[in-house]
Amino acid sequence: MAHQEGPQVVNRRAFLQVAGAATGAVVAAGIPGIVSAQKPPSFPKGTKLNILEWVSFVPASDVEFKRLAAEFGKLVGVDVTVDQINMNDLNPRIASAIETRSGPDIIMMISNWPHLYAGGLADVDDVAEEIAKRDGAFYEFNRRACVVDGRWKAVPLCSVNSTWNYREDWFKDVGAAKFPDTWDELRRVGTDLKKKGHPIGQAFGHSLGDPNQWAYPITWCFGGAEIDDKGKVVINSKQTIDALKFTVGFWKDCLDEGGLAWDDSSNNRAFLAGEISATINGASIYFVAKRQFPEIAKAMNHAHMPRGPAGRFYSIGGQARSVMNYSKNQQVAKEFLRWFMERPQYDKWMAANDGYVVGPTPYWEKHPLWEKDPKLVPFKEASKFGRWPGYPGQPSRKASEALVKYILVDMYAQAIKGMKPEDAARWAEGELKKAYA
Amino acid sequence: MAVPVSVAVAVPEARRPGRLGRLLEREHVLAGVLLAPALAILTLFIAYPFVLGIWLAVSDKVVGRPGAFVGLENFRVNLNDAIFLRAFQNTFVYTFIATFFKLVLGMLAALLLNQHFRFKRIVRASMLLPWIVPTVLSTLAWQWMFDATFSVFNWVLLNVGLISKRILWLGDGTLAMGCLILVNVWRGMPFFAITLLAGLQTVNPDLHEAAEIDGANTWQRFWRVTLPLIKPIMLVVVLFSMVATFADFQLIYVLTRGGPYSSTHVFGTYAYEIAMRAAKLGQGASISLFLFPFLLLVIVFQLWYIRRSD
Repeated sequence: MAHQEGPQVVNRRAFLQVAGAATGAVVAAGIPGIVSAQKPPSFPKGTKLNILEWVSFVPASDVEFKRLAAEFGKLVGVDVTVDQINMNDLNPRIASAIETRSGPDIIMMISNWPHLYAGGLADVDDVAEEIAKRDGAFYEFNRRACVVDGRWKAVPLCSVNSTWNYREDWFKDVGAAKFPDTWDELRRVGTDLKKKGHPIGQAFGHSLGDPNQWAYPITWCFGGAEIDDKGKVVINSKQTIDALKFTVGFWKDCLDEGGLAWDDSSNNRAFLAGEISATINGASIYFVAKRQFPEIAKAMNHAHMPRGPAGRFYSIGGQARSVMNYSKNQQVAKEFLRWFMERPQYDKWMAANDGYVVGPTPYWEKHPLWEKDPKLVPFKEASKFGRWPGYPGQPSRKASEALVKYILVDMYAQAIKGMKPEDAARWAEGELKKAYA
Repeated sequence: MAVPVSVAVAVPEARRPGRLGRLLEREHVLAGVLLAPALAILTLFIAYPFVLGIWLAVSDKVVGRPGAFVGLENFRVNLNDAIFLRAFQNTFVYTFIATFFKLVLGMLAALLLNQHFRFKRIVRASMLLPWIVPTVLSTLAWQWMFDATFSVFNWVLLNVGLISKRILWLGDGTLAMGCLILVNVWRGMPFFAITLLAGLQTVNPDLHEAAEIDGANTWQRFWRVTLPLIKPIMLVVVLFSMVATFADFQLIYVLTRGGPYSSTHVFGTYAYEIAMRAAKLGQGASISLFLFPFLLLVIVFQLWYIRRSD
């Protein structure tokens, strides 16, 4: 992260100084100051804290997190250990920890997992509410993911947003000075791009991220939804059928036909190989381009999800941390969450992520790193338009079932493969009714 | 009094065994003691999880909440679930086709490896490579070869001029299933080849000579002499392989995760999604236990057949 030094340090410092009198004092007094000023450590000697996290796609993020965890350990005299495993291995690990009532004291939650595992999670209302009071209300998708039956079951941490990654140079070649603002415009531009041998890329296979980044937002953009706010299945609507018709047309006119076989990493590779002109993705393509393909990094930019008849939407899961209710160290675990989310610590961790993560409250939209690289700005703004699987209902266990069955993704995939849009919507209705039964 | 005296005289120096020693001298007690560790391991690691699995399958257990008995409700839900029914069908298609090819190709390879040629040992050892390499690793390599954009197969076929458009190996339900079977055969065939080779080596060459003198040709010798002799070992390999293929997970989860449009799910992958990612342990257990009665039938039949042949 050497490139962050220099003027950037001054910026960050300046940012912290305007971050309010309390925080200003903290910066002056240093980190030990905060802890001693607010709550003197009073944990019995030999207290341990074990934290389970994913392995981040940004290695510097993991390094900084471990450093902060160790710093906290020293401050409060607690032996802190951090275990990191692959994101896909978290589900079975959490299930076994909760069922055997033993394991890490704090576990990372991704998307709506607090709803899945509520029975094994301690309430953290005080910590979450304290953060919201200080930094402003959490984004709605962060809040919905963490509040289960009126109680905070996790403290929102961040979100890893996806948005459009596109080749500015190729878009200009077909007369698009900027990224289209509506889906219809994007289809027009995309048609020209595909004719020139630069199709757009979108996955429709079974993988956790990318296929859902199309299926959910496009449905909402056209005014459709899986369920209404009462949980009734409403997918089979004119709006959904419009979204399906649009997708089928978009597939034929604009998309690379590889999409049905793509997983989450396919579009990264295709974009970096110059095979596609645009795709929905996190900042990872850009990060790799900056390191390995500087000419692509220069030629690319990011832009918002286009607007549909019903507006602009993103599907965002968000990440959070939960204190496990079997833990004997719940107090110190909560203290850690509180301390980590304080501005000085969170600022460092966010800086280490370099734009890969977006803070859980609008406060962090003011972080200087967003000024450093304007190409990353759409990522932070995406949070404002973020919704969750199950919207406008709850991101419940049932929403998860619909998600793991890939009902929405498969609805679009089947329409692309030739099923009539009306039949695809009817099929999804049948499947969703079972998932939401 | 004569008997004890005579015993004392016969073994004057022998220490009388203690109570425990005397107990262990009884054959059935000793057998029990020797079997106990194995039995304990089986109970702990096989029987307990199995019974727990059955309990989960008839409960509405989700992670973090106690489950209640719901009878066969989970199985009823499964039978009304189109994705489950597709997984059911896929599991059978995948298992039978893959096992058939593994057997035929494995037999061919075994017959070839049974010949005398230079570097025989090296070739035999290298045969085992696909089977030894961790499935996840080898499957990742296959994933690259089937990649929608960078497939080496497509590259070759395009350059040779056999195709004019990329083939989406994993982008179509039927084709993807074919690819999964291909990778499974590639991975499992060496196990067949090496085991059958071991069987072939037990066949007495005299029998072949005798058959040859009687005028049997190569095919007749294979069909009438070799095959009957290695049938028991063949059945055991097929049995093992079928059970393993039925329960396959890694290969499919890495390559397709059941996609595209849920056309390549098998019991294992679908059960994992429901039990782990939707946290519905009961429903997930009922999906994976669905194959138990069938596997039991296969095992009972094959064991019966092997015993009968013996």
